[in-house]
Amino acid sequence: MNRRRRRTPAALVRAAPGPAFEITLDGRALSALPGQSIAAALWAAGVLSWRTTRQSGRPRGAFCGIGSCFDCLATVNGVPNQRACLVPARPGDAVTTQEGHGRADLTV
Amino acid sequence: MPISPSDTHDLAVIGAGPAGLAAAVTAADLGLTVALVDAAARPGGQFYRQPAPGLGAARPQALHHSWGAFARRAARLDVHRAAGRVRHVTEHHVWAVTRESAHWAVHAVTGPDGAQGRAEVAARKVLLATGAYERQLPFPGWTLPGVVGAGGAQAMLKAGLVMPGQRIVVAGSGPLLLAVAGSLAAAGASVPVVVEAGGYAGYARAPRTLAANPRKLVEGAAHAATLRRYGVRIRTHSAITAVHGTDRVEAVTLTRLDRDWRPVAGTGVRVPCDALAVGHGLVPQLDLATALGCATRRCPDGTAALVLDGRQRTTVDGVWAAGEAGGVGGAELAVVEGELAAYDLARRAPGGALLRRRDRLRRFAGAMAAAHAPRAGWSDWLGADTEVCRCEEVTAGRIRDAVDDLGARDTRTVKLLTRAGMGWCQGRVCGPAVAHLAGETEPAAGRRLLACPVTLGELARE
Ligand SMILES: Cc1cc2nc3c(=O)[nH]c(=O)nc-3n(C[C@H](O)[C@H](O)[C@H](O)COP(=O)(O)OP(=O)(O)OC[C@H]3O[C@@H](n4cnc5c(N)ncnc54)[C@H](O)[C@@H]3O)c2cc1C
Ligand code: FES
Repeated sequence: MNRRRRRTPAALVRAAPGPAFEITLDGRALSALPGQSIAAALWAAGVLSWRTTRQSGRPRGAFCGIGSCFDCLATVNGVPNQRACLVPARPGDAVTTQEGHGRADLTV
Repeated sequence: MPISPSDTHDLAVIGAGPAGLAAAVTAADLGLTVALVDAAARPGGQFYRQPAPGLGAARPQALHHSWGAFARRAARLDVHRAAGRVRHVTEHHVWAVTRESAHWAVHAVTGPDGAQGRAEVAARKVLLATGAYERQLPFPGWTLPGVVGAGGAQAMLKAGLVMPGQRIVVAGSGPLLLAVAGSLAAAGASVPVVVEAGGYAGYARAPRTLAANPRKLVEGAAHAATLRRYGVRIRTHSAITAVHGTDRVEAVTLTRLDRDWRPVAGTGVRVPCDALAVGHGLVPQLDLATALGCATRRCPDGTAALVLDGRQRTTVDGVWAAGEAGGVGGAELAVVEGELAAYDLARRAPGGALLRRRDRLRRFAGAMAAAHAPRAGWSDWLGADTEVCRCEEVTAGRIRDAVDDLGARDTRTVKLLTRAGMGWCQGRVCGPAVAHLAGETEPAAGRRLLACPVTLGELARE
């Protein structure tokens, strides 16, 4: 039988991840894999934005992917301004869309 | 005796990418005690970014060139760690390095996001191997979800095994685009086209440099073969000048550029896609170095990099640097420079072969940088309402007003008048664009207060 496996990132590196677990985005359940950042888990679920900007309220998500642009800020378990591309997803994490400021106590 | 966290190390290496990792293991081979400090949880830096262990990747090398050499170096690191010669200080974001009476103090905030706590590492000498981040030039629509950094797409794929879409256009300039397009295609995305604003002819204009770097030719040919295999087209002298979609990317407009990177009217074609991975080369990460007072130089690609002597010393006594901090040049060069620095730190003479390899690879980096350096006409593709500063949502129109009507002539004045560059990223993303619009040749090398975000609470404890 000719069963060519579909090309996926997981197939490419022959990943055998640990068991998937659940996180939520604004109450909606999503599945995440151990080791994925919150941003990666959201991308895997097809979600590209989880923040709105302070002035025009436009949607934003991960951009630089390495912790330097701060576009991916999310509120995780009630703590605002977390860089979703750096923070690992953990079972039961509640991610909430961050509107505007969150809380601006980062010194820049 | 194994070193303990409170000891003063012979050497603190900041950054565990190809340069820092090579430096740390070589220095330990030569008898030094080393603290290898990095923001990430695993060694490798940008190039050897690995899937998290939980993802159980049996073949991580499928996403990397020369994985074998990295794996051997990582194994040497483990041996040195077990023997107590190297302390690998992970998830430490260094925000300052200060000179104390008898040593250097490396100040860090800890945890994946730097929000857990703080720590200090003491060392007699410091090696900066902080690498680079991606240069972005704004264009209409680049803030729409689905537009991501090319390096960012690569990083998210390598670390998290995810992609931002299924049909991904790769655009911008520089050799990284070919690597990114190759990985995305191999991982199952359809990549209709790679859009390069410059061209590859510049390489041919440096035939001797090319001939002296056969490995680079092989690398280029390997990328080309991968792209052919997956049917990826390459369009040079072109750029994405518009992104279409309301809440996420649905298509982009691809436009031809003239020699000066000005869009040629009437040449736009619409390319359907659900994501765009974009970047215009890399910018050395110099915040820690400039805060220490290390001198910088201008590279052929317009970026600022550290001034280094033949032994990888910066202009500040007791501070060395290796890898992209001394000018963007790729992972192979970073490794060579890391090893060279380690020899000098241990007061040993390196082999002549290593020195020649560094000089050869540096020349290649120069030719590459010149071929992909942004040309002044690029800002013609900005609309008045195109956001330039993503954090503070400052448009090109407002920046032009500050320049034309209010007489701003440099980044600092534009920032004071418009807030461009004042947001969370401290101008890392918009810096090159704002400098260009203000008529500066290049932003002054990273003069940021802190090299990474620190909460007020952490600073108050100082
Ligand atoms: C997002 C991105 C993706 C890339 N992907 C590729 C690719 O796929 N292929 C390719 O050929 N090249 C890639 N590159 C180019 C890459 O920069 C080099 O080829 C190579 O990794 C350079 O090695 P390095 O050791 O100089 O720096 P890096 O690999 O960048 O390593 C620097 C290290 O320093 C750490 N660091 C920096 N500042 C601090 C601080 N303040 N505190 C603590 N740690 C710090 C970082 O966490 C990082 O681990 C990429 C670059 C970027 C920015
Ligand atoms: S995507 Fe840039 S900081 Fe997370």
